Order: sequence, then structure tokens, then C-alpha cells
Amino acid sequence: MSRQRKSPPGVDGKLLIKDAAKLMPAPSRRLFLRGALSVGALTMLTGCDIIDGDTAENALRVVSDFNDGVQAFLFNPNRLAPEYPESAIKRPFPFNAYYSEDDAPEIDGDKWQLEIGGRVENKKSWTLPELYALDEVSQVTRHICVEGWSAIGSWQGVRLSDFLKRVGADLTSKYVWFQCAEGYSTTIDMPTALHPQTQLTLKFDHRILPRAYGYPVKIRMPTKLGFKNPKYVTAMWVQNNDGGGYWENQGYNWFSGL
Amino acid sequence: MTIEAAVGPPLAPDAAAKPPVIHPVWVRLNHWINALAMLMMIGSGWQIYNASPLFGFTFPREIALGNWLGGALLWHFAAMWLLVVNGIIYVALGLATGRFRRKLLPLYPRDVLHDLAAALRGRLAHDDLSSYNAVQKLLYLGILLTAVVIVLSGLSIWKPVQFQGLTSFFGGFDTARYVHFAAMAAIVAFLVVHVTLSILVPKSLRAMIVGR
Repeated sequence: MSRQRKSPPGVDGKLLIKDAAKLMPAPSRRLFLRGALSVGALTMLTGCDIIDGDTAENALRVVSDFNDGVQAFLFNPNRLAPEYPESAIKRPFPFNAYYSEDDAPEIDGDKWQLEIGGRVENKKSWTLPELYALDEVSQVTRHICVEGWSAIGSWQGVRLSDFLKRVGADLTSKYVWFQCAEGYSTTIDMPTALHPQTQLTLKFDHRILPRAYGYPVKIRMPTKLGFKNPKYVTAMWVQNNDGGGYWENQGYNWFSGL
Repeated sequence: MTIEAAVGPPLAPDAAAKPPVIHPVWVRLNHWINALAMLMMIGSGWQIYNASPLFGFTFPREIALGNWLGGALLWHFAAMWLLVVNGIIYVALGLATGRFRRKLLPLYPRDVLHDLAAALRGRLAHDDLSSYNAVQKLLYLGILLTAVVIVLSGLSIWKPVQFQGLTSFFGGFDTARYVHFAAMAAIVAFLVVHVTLSILVPKSLRAMIVGR
């Protein structure tokens, strides 16, 4: 296999990479697979670098894209995530983000507006009182984190498919992209956006969404992993191109359906 | 029936000169592809486990694959295809050629006890590698069953909404993670025994590489 980078003579390339991997902060680690190849079990087995890191990373991303297609195929738009009794709710429900709870966005609900854009007829922004006035749906479902833990929570808000119809969204569009106050973002497929349990969430456990859980608006979808459920949402765009997302761009699988 | 016969006639005229084929080429290919896929699944699985450990320990990063959760997940869900496609071909050929029936059955508890006692005293013969003793039969049948459990529990963790019936069967999402982990532990324990014995009886390793 050809290697693009050659270490200077007398320098152990593997150790260099190992050290560099340690220095990189976890969330922004872009070269994660190169590190994987030098310290992973495969290399220990063969004693060589097997393939160039970029080649491996690209190959794994191709399979991940293929897996998006498989998951879209497996996704049944009518299959509901299991619902649980209120007694099953995890209290306190865990806060989770790539920053600490103290650093979570503090949003002034009086000034906040939900910006609507892309392939919709009515691009008027929405204020909180306007959203609170819409029909409310409720769910007690299991939030499953990509890390492996899960917790049952209770969310109330507007059914997203109703909201998309209300603003005159082109429902034949492929994606809905969400932008959040802290710079987080994610894109979901239209079939998931139209799933009956996908919710523009305004409340947790029948109370106004607290700051920790995404005040003023989060998007709850029990058919996807937690990181695909954005909090502190400020804008929603209906579009035909994949807008990517904070974690997706770093290597988490795009579809991440449950 | 036909495939195995075509690959290696058990008793050709020059049988005395050339020992019969113990593992036909499809078994050897399946075996080594499976070995590679399993190492990738186990290594990346350990890294995934580390993101939210079920027990009071984590796996050292040096022996895990993927460097961080996102990388490990990419490995896990790529190697999964290799493991499953290879596994389906293996099971299909194992049933179609009659190899499973011939090699693994019949299996009686009495024989297992007898062969286990002999093995522990170091008196189990390995003259005929083409015929498995009762302990081998039990372990190979057990690992096939464990393979089914680890794939199905893995599916129930990956798709707990789409395959919610399967997830319920494993006791729900959280419990399915423990089942998946236990199956991994059983496979690793099998691997330790399997690899140790193949080193103690090197001609069995040779047979899995060159066939005889």
C-alpha cells in the first residue's frame, strides 16, 4: 500500500501519530481513523499500517453512506416508537451535550423567534406565544444516546408534520435542516420529519422546556438517536440538499435511525 | 454434498501420497474472513462500550479499534456487513453440503463428559482431524448459537424501534446491551480456548490454512 506521508528518518511515525492523537481534543478529532489504524487491534495483528488513514476513512464513510440508504429502507413511517407510563420517566432526566450544563445557551424567550426558510410558502418567523397556541401532542418515549445509555422522558409540543403543513412546506423536499443557538445543527430526512411522533417540542414533563433540555424549542424524534434531536432551535429550513450537522460532519452516521 | 466433493475428493487414488482434504477451500475462506470480521467487531465494540460502560471498567484504548466513539461506530457498522454476509454464506454451505450434520452431530452428553475428562487428563487423541470429539462438537455448536444471539441482540440495539419485537424479546433496549456484551464475552472466551488449542495442536492450524 502506498503511504502519502513519510516520517523523517529516525522518527517512529506510529509514535508520532499516537502522541498527536492524545493532543487532539476529543470532539474535534478529525483524523480519528489514522489514529485508529496505528494503535488499533488490526495493526497489532499485522504489524503494519495496512492502508493509508485517508483511504480507510473514505472507505468507512462510503459504507456509512450505504448504511444511510439501508436505514431509510428499514424506516417504516407508520411504526411508532414504544410509549411508556409516566412512572417510567427518568428523574432527573440527564442533561447531555458536548459542553457542560453551565455553558448551555441562555435564551430570552421574549426576543426569541423561530426562523422558517427554504422550500416553504410562509416564511414568517414564529414567536413563542404563537407556538404555544398551537394544538399540543404528548409522548413518553425512550431517548437513546449514541453513547449507549438511554432514558425515558416526557415531551409535549406541536406535531412537526402539522407544523410543516401549516407553514406550507413542500413535503416532497428531501431534508429539513435545524440550526441551534449555540451553533449546533443537524439535518433529517423528510420521512422522519413527517413521522407522527416527530415533535416540535415546547415542554418537558408538561412544564415549559427548561434550559437544560433545550429552551425554548427542541425537536424530539424517538425514531432517531439523541444527537439528531436538536435543542435551542432557532431556525428550520426545508431543502433538497443535505445541510450536514455538528456530529455528522465529524463521523457519526447521518441517518442514525432507531 | 456436491461442493465439498468437488473441492476435495476424500479418497483419491493417490490418497496415500496426499492426505485427504479436511477443510475445503470455502470453509477456510469463511473461517479467515470471519476471523478478520470478528476482530474488527470486537475491537470496535470495546471502544463503543467505553462511551457508556455497563460495568466498572473500560477497555484500554490500545487494544480497541476506532480511536473514539464515532470512529468505532463506523468500523462496527462496516465490519457488520462482512460478518453477516460471510456468516450467511457459511451457514448456507454448512447446511447444503451436510458439513454441519456430518461434523457436529450426533452429540450425546455422555460423550461430552467422557471426552472432557480425557481432555483434562491430556489423553484426547487428535490423530484424525477430520472427526471432531464431543467437546469440540459442543463448543462449535455453542459458538454457532452464540453467533445467532450476538447478531440478533445487536440488531435489537441498532433498531429498537423498527425491530421493537426483537428488542422486547431481549428484555428491552438496556437489557439487550447486556446480552450483546455477554455474547461478546462468550466469544472471546471461546477464542482464547480455540487459539490456545490450535497452537497446542499445530497440524489443526495447518489444516485450516492449507486444507490438509
